This record gives sequence, C-alpha cells and structure tokens, in this order.
Amino acid sequence: MIAPGRNEVKKLGEQASEIILNMQNIDKKFPGVHALKQCKFSLKKGEVHALIGENGAGKSTLVKIMTGIYSEYDGEYTFCGKKVRFQNVKEARQAGISIVHQELNMMNDLTVAQNIFIGRESKGFFCNDKDINAKAEKLIRDFDIQVRPDELLKNLSVGKAQMVEIARAMSFESTKVLVLDEPTAALSEGEAEDLFKKIADLKARGISVVFISHRLGEIMRIADRVTVMRDGEYIDTLDIENCTTDDIIRLMVGREILEEPKQKNNVKPNAPVVLEVKNLRSSKIKNVSFQLKKGEILGFAGLVGAGRTEVMRLICGADRMESGEIIVNGKISKIKHPKDAIKNGIGYLSEDRKRYGLILGLPVGQNMVLPSYDKMSDMGFVNEKKCSSEAGKFIDKLKIKTPGEKQLVKNLSGGNQQKVVISKWLMKNIDIFIFDEPTRGIDVGARAEIYNLMDELAAAGKSIIMVSSDLTEILRMSDRIIVMCEGKVTGELDISNANQNDIMRLATKHEKEGH
Amino acid sequence: MDGKIGSIKSYITGPGLQKLIAVGALIVLYIFFSIFGNHFLTGDTFVSILDSSYYIGFLAIGVTFVIITGGIDLSAGTVMVGSALIGGVAYNVWKLPIALCLVVIMVSAVLFGVFNGLLVGKLGLPPFIATLGTQFISLGYCSVIAKVQTQTYPSLTSPDGWFKQVFYKNHGFPMGAIWLIVFFIIAWILLNKTILGRYTYAIGSNEEAVELSGIKSSNWKVAVYIVNGVFCGLAGIIYAATYSSITPQTGNGQEMYAIAACVIGGTSLSGGIGSLSGTILGVFVISVLKTGLLSMGLPVQWQQVLIGVVVLLAVLMDVIRSKKAKKA
Repeated sequence: MIAPGRNEVKKLGEQASEIILNMQNIDKKFPGVHALKQCKFSLKKGEVHALIGENGAGKSTLVKIMTGIYSEYDGEYTFCGKKVRFQNVKEARQAGISIVHQELNMMNDLTVAQNIFIGRESKGFFCNDKDINAKAEKLIRDFDIQVRPDELLKNLSVGKAQMVEIARAMSFESTKVLVLDEPTAALSEGEAEDLFKKIADLKARGISVVFISHRLGEIMRIADRVTVMRDGEYIDTLDIENCTTDDIIRLMVGREILEEPKQKNNVKPNAPVVLEVKNLRSSKIKNVSFQLKKGEILGFAGLVGAGRTEVMRLICGADRMESGEIIVNGKISKIKHPKDAIKNGIGYLSEDRKRYGLILGLPVGQNMVLPSYDKMSDMGFVNEKKCSSEAGKFIDKLKIKTPGEKQLVKNLSGGNQQKVVISKWLMKNIDIFIFDEPTRGIDVGARAEIYNLMDELAAAGKSIIMVSSDLTEILRMSDRIIVMCEGKVTGELDISNANQNDIMRLATKHEKEGH
Repeated sequence: MDGKIGSIKSYITGPGLQKLIAVGALIVLYIFFSIFGNHFLTGDTFVSILDSSYYIGFLAIGVTFVIITGGIDLSAGTVMVGSALIGGVAYNVWKLPIALCLVVIMVSAVLFGVFNGLLVGKLGLPPFIATLGTQFISLGYCSVIAKVQTQTYPSLTSPDGWFKQVFYKNHGFPMGAIWLIVFFIIAWILLNKTILGRYTYAIGSNEEAVELSGIKSSNWKVAVYIVNGVFCGLAGIIYAATYSSITPQTGNGQEMYAIAACVIGGTSLSGGIGSLSGTILGVFVISVLKTGLLSMGLPVQWQQVLIGVVVLLAVLMDVIRSKKAKKA
C-alpha cells in the first residue's frame, strides 16, 4: 500500500485551521543555562508541525513545558482558548496533550494491553485481563497495528512498540495533540512508512501532531509547517509548501560565529598515517573507514546518535567490533580491551567524564596515575613519592586549579577535571588522543584553555580525533572533518573548504529519504 | 594551613564521621557496661572480649576488601567452619601432622576464594548470588567430606596441642590478639600501599572508568576474593584453635557478624568507601556488646537484638550522610 501523498493529506488538514495551542514569550532558565529565550510556538488543529534545531537548541525544553513535565517557566500558554499552566504530565494529558518519548516508556515484561491501560486497569482492586484485552483489541484494530493484546511488549519490534505507545496516547479520549519526540530515530524504513501513514490518519481525525525530527527529508514530506529553533531561541516558522531544505538548514546553523574558524590544514603534507580504520562494523556502525595523520586534529561532526561515539568506543576497545581493521603505525592491531588500545598508544577521553573518565571519589593524583601504576610501583608497592611528584608536575604544566594532588576530583570544575583526564593520558605517553565532546559542561574561559592544550598537543606531534556536535568547535579546531549520519560516514571535508551549511547537509543526509 | 584544617573538617563530616561515631559508641558501651555489668572492668572480661573478636576479626578484614570493590561475601562463615572441618578430617582420618592440617585449612579456604572470584570476576555473577551459592556448597560439601562427623582437634595438653598455644592462648596470654594485630597490619599495607589496594577502591568507585583506563578489573576482582579466602582460612585456623571440636553444617550466620562489623566501621555496601581500622572498631563494638550484655545477665538473644539495632543505626547514618552529600 502506498502512503497518502502530501497533497491529499493537506486538503484534509486545511478544513480547519483554528489555532488550538499557543505559547508566547516562553522563558526558562536552569542553573547556569538559559534554555529558552522568549520562545513562541503555535499549533493549528489537524496540522503536523515539525520542530527542528541542533542538539541543545531548546526543542526538548519547549516540548517538556508543553506537556507538563516542567511547570516552572515565564510566559503565556493557551490551549483550546484557555490560559493553562500544567503542573504535571497527567494534567496535560487530561487536557488533551500526550507525548511519545524517543526512549519509549513501556514496561517490557507486561503485555500490550497491560501497557496501554497501566494505571487504569480497573475501578476496583482486582484486575480483569479479559476486559482490558478486549478494549485493547478494539484500539489495535482501530489503528491497524499488527499485534495481539496479550503479546509481551519485549517481543515486539521497536516500531510496533512505538505504535502501541501511540495507541496508548490515543486511548485517552480527550487527546487532541500528540507530541512525537524523534519517532523515526530507531525505526527501519518500512516501520517509518507505517508511522507516516498513522500520522496522516491521526491528522485526518483532526488530531494535531508536533513532530520533532532531525531528518529534513521526512519533515518536507509529512509536515505542514516547521518551526526552527537555535540556541534556545525561536528563529522562524515556515510553511513547508513555500520552502526548501536549504532554507531550513540556513536557519538552523545561521548563528554568529564567535570563534574564528581555522584557516588552513596545519598538517605537514608528508606526515605519516598513525591510525587507519578500515570497514569498521558493529550493530550501530556501518563500514566506517578513515585515516588519521601525525599531528592532525580530525574532527568528527554529526548529530547526536550518528554513531561517532560508538566508533570511538570500538577503536579504544570499550566495545567489541563485528568486523573491520584498526591499523596503528602500519601494523594491524587486535583491540579487545582498553588495555590493548592503550598499549597501542590510543587514549579515550569520554564525553561523560564523570562516568567513564574519572573516579570522582578519589584524589586528583590517584586519578592521573591510575593507568600508570606499573611505572609508579616497586614489586606491587605504590611509590607514593613518585606518584605525587609526577602528579604535581602535570598540575603545574597544565595549570590545573586545585589545592593539591590530594584534592578529590569531584571538587574540581569541569575544565580542570578534563585537564586531569588529559594528564592521565600524557603520563601514560599516549600518542593518539580521542576527545569525545571535549568541552561539554565546560565554561567559556576554560574552553579556550582546552582548545589551546589540544593545539599544543597537535603541534608537539600528537594526533587527535575530536568528536563534537558543536559546529563552531569543529570549525575552530579541525584540520580535516569527517561527517557521520546514522552509523555511516557521509562526507569528508578539508578545513579550507568547509562551512557550517555543508556539514549540516551531510549530517542530515539520511539515505532512506533518497536524496 | 587552611587546606589542612579544611581537609580535617571534610574528613570529619565525610567518611571519617562514621568511624568517629564507632569510637564514641565503643567508649559509651564500655562506660555503660562498667557501671551496669558485673565484673565488666576486669582483665578476664577484657580477654574474653578479645577472644570473641578473633575469628570475626579475620573474617571482617577479608570481607572489607570485597565490600570495598562493591561486592559482598555471604560464604565467609561457612567457608571458615567448613575449612576447619576439613582440617579436622586431615588430622583424624588422613592422620596428617597437625602443621599440614593447618595448611589444608588454608588451601581449602583459598580454593573457595578462587571459586568466588571466578564466579564474580570472570563469569560476571552478582556477588550476592555467587557467594550465596558458595555458602550452600561449602556448608554441604565440607560436611560430606567429614561424613557429618564432628571433628576434634588435639587438646592443649597433647603433643599436637602446640598449635593452640601458638594461635589461641599461651599460658593465658591471648595469642589470637597478636595474630590479629599482625594480619591487620599486613592487610592494611595491602589495602593502602599496594596496587591491589588502589584498584580495590577504584573498582568500587567506578568500574567502567577503571576498565577504560586499561585495567582488567575482572582479574583484580578475582585477586580480591582470593585475599578474602586467605583471611577466611586464617579465621578457620583460629576457630579450630579456639573451639577444638568442629560441628558439621555450622558456620552460616558468622559472615553476618563480619559484614555488620564492616558496616558499623563505615564501609559502604555500594563500594569505594571503607577502611580496615573502621572494620576492627566494628568488630570490637560487636564483641563488647556480646560480652557486656552477658555480664549484665541478659539472655544471648538480646545481643542479637542490639547488634541489629547498631547495624541499622550505622547504615542509617550512612544514608543520611550520602543524601546530604547529594544535596550539596
């Protein structure tokens, strides 16, 4: 069966264009972050309204206010002509707004019917599975989902589970607005097609759909309007009929550039290749190949979920690859454990420093020395003097702000914590640094210091891979840029001819949309 | 200077708090029993407090290592008694010289340690389940080897009774206390001065980060369970020296005293935090409670009630502290 074409669907939607949801001057601050700055958003009855922006643009925050997850904010929110301020998700749902999250909120060991009617099993104390199975059956038939009500949720594919969650949202009779947060991220092509049919169906019933997605192709196909956000600000709302993907990309990335981008590739033309990755594969990675040269900073750009971190975890031995080759300094290296990667001179600096990079409850010095105890001990006994003198050396060299090496690492600022991780690998004589989001959670001043450190490392002949979702960072630091999308490399650019628009185009180049 | 005062302050309000409270509790209990107990403040009572601390002390030292890695050992008590039982079989049935029998006790306990280590470190079983299994296995299997016969060690006066003088009492002098001190120092060095100790704390704090630092944490966990096995074996030797006759199918429940001692001493069951000095304090709190209540003429069951209350208070304090830490 072929999905309804855009025009067919549109006709249905245009019958009623009254605005049922309107948000004005919405402002939301978190400690240290101004997440939303005077944003607005409006939704017509029976329209599919896409919300797009880079990671951190404020889409999620806006949607969380819309659906009652956040109740504290400034601004005006009207729904069905009434001023509202939802205190929690339940209030929003009773009013008629439901959300289906990207990570599905379902109970895997319960059945489809039990999931749909959780919290509404029966009026009394005893549950009647027959009753809810019958109700679920009706709903499932209504939505044309190919599942049985008594099937366990864990046996369903992601796509089917998502349909069930949408059915659950629609089982509340009051539902007028359905928010879908990146619904196609985990779906196969066929499942995505199914979803688009369902969305068209909902639209025909007069339901309004807010659709968050990074995929421009599908937005162009199913949305009526698109609102673009950037850095917590509302940028513009466009009618899909009168715009192109290029217009949207321009709005998404068009921020002022505070940092000067790097002018040219600083790598010597005859620099040797220190790391070569060939046809790397895993469940999330499809045939990734690239080369890294001595003294190079290689940027990995892409949107969150593009598979960049997964590639790095394979290279550093944190996860196992299905197939592929990692060649370090011309030799094929079997990397099965981080130990092997380190032996080959590869050190990984995780995007989640607190979880993977540091041991928060231990002092600065012990964190730095952790991989190097073999050099810092005699016959198994730790040489405390050597440890503290080495740690002291790096505290001075990297200008780490700490009262001393005995200070617990959790009491340091983000920038100084990152320097502790860098010291850890410098002490181990690492040659290939993999920085995953090197400045996440680090303030502007410290950011510049980290950038300078990375530049110094590269100038000293170390090689760096830098994964970053921040385009200014990518353009400021990289000699060469590799762009990934959905587990694949979609492009490679030299810094001398790279720009934000090109990177964003490659980062949103989803194959299934047939571009 | 400021830094030093600050670090002392943060130590007292942080991990040191529970140890200080344990010291306080010990003093309060001592004063209390001195006033209300009969003949509590005598040398004899002190020796009997020491006597009841030995084997629990050894068990608790070993279990402290395991708990700091974020694990637990439910098999310590049965491994201790079971190994002592096999040692008894070696003496009574296999007719081995007593010195070799002590080696048999050690070998048996270390093998159980290796077994636990492989289950937890290499096969990835949750420590609770792995050591629960080992508890049953050691409880049953050691009794099977002993053909469910009580095993008797030689008495003090017999020629083979020298081992009692070495490990229990030498003309009234509490030798167990000497061994406990010696092995406390060895364990302390192991935990605080060696790579093994560093990795023990690091694994308990954040195993993923340890792995990503290129350290095979699974190997080190096996090592930690072996250390624990060594201390179970030492506890077994002391147990044999103290009690002489070893009954099959006993020992379960002893590990609970050891775990309780760790917890009272401020070792966190979620791993990464703990100290041997705290554990020893915890062992003495339990022993003083046991001996003191006896001197007040209260039935044994009241010891258990009070030990339970002390454990709950200790953990409650830990919970309140970590809640506060989260807020700050």
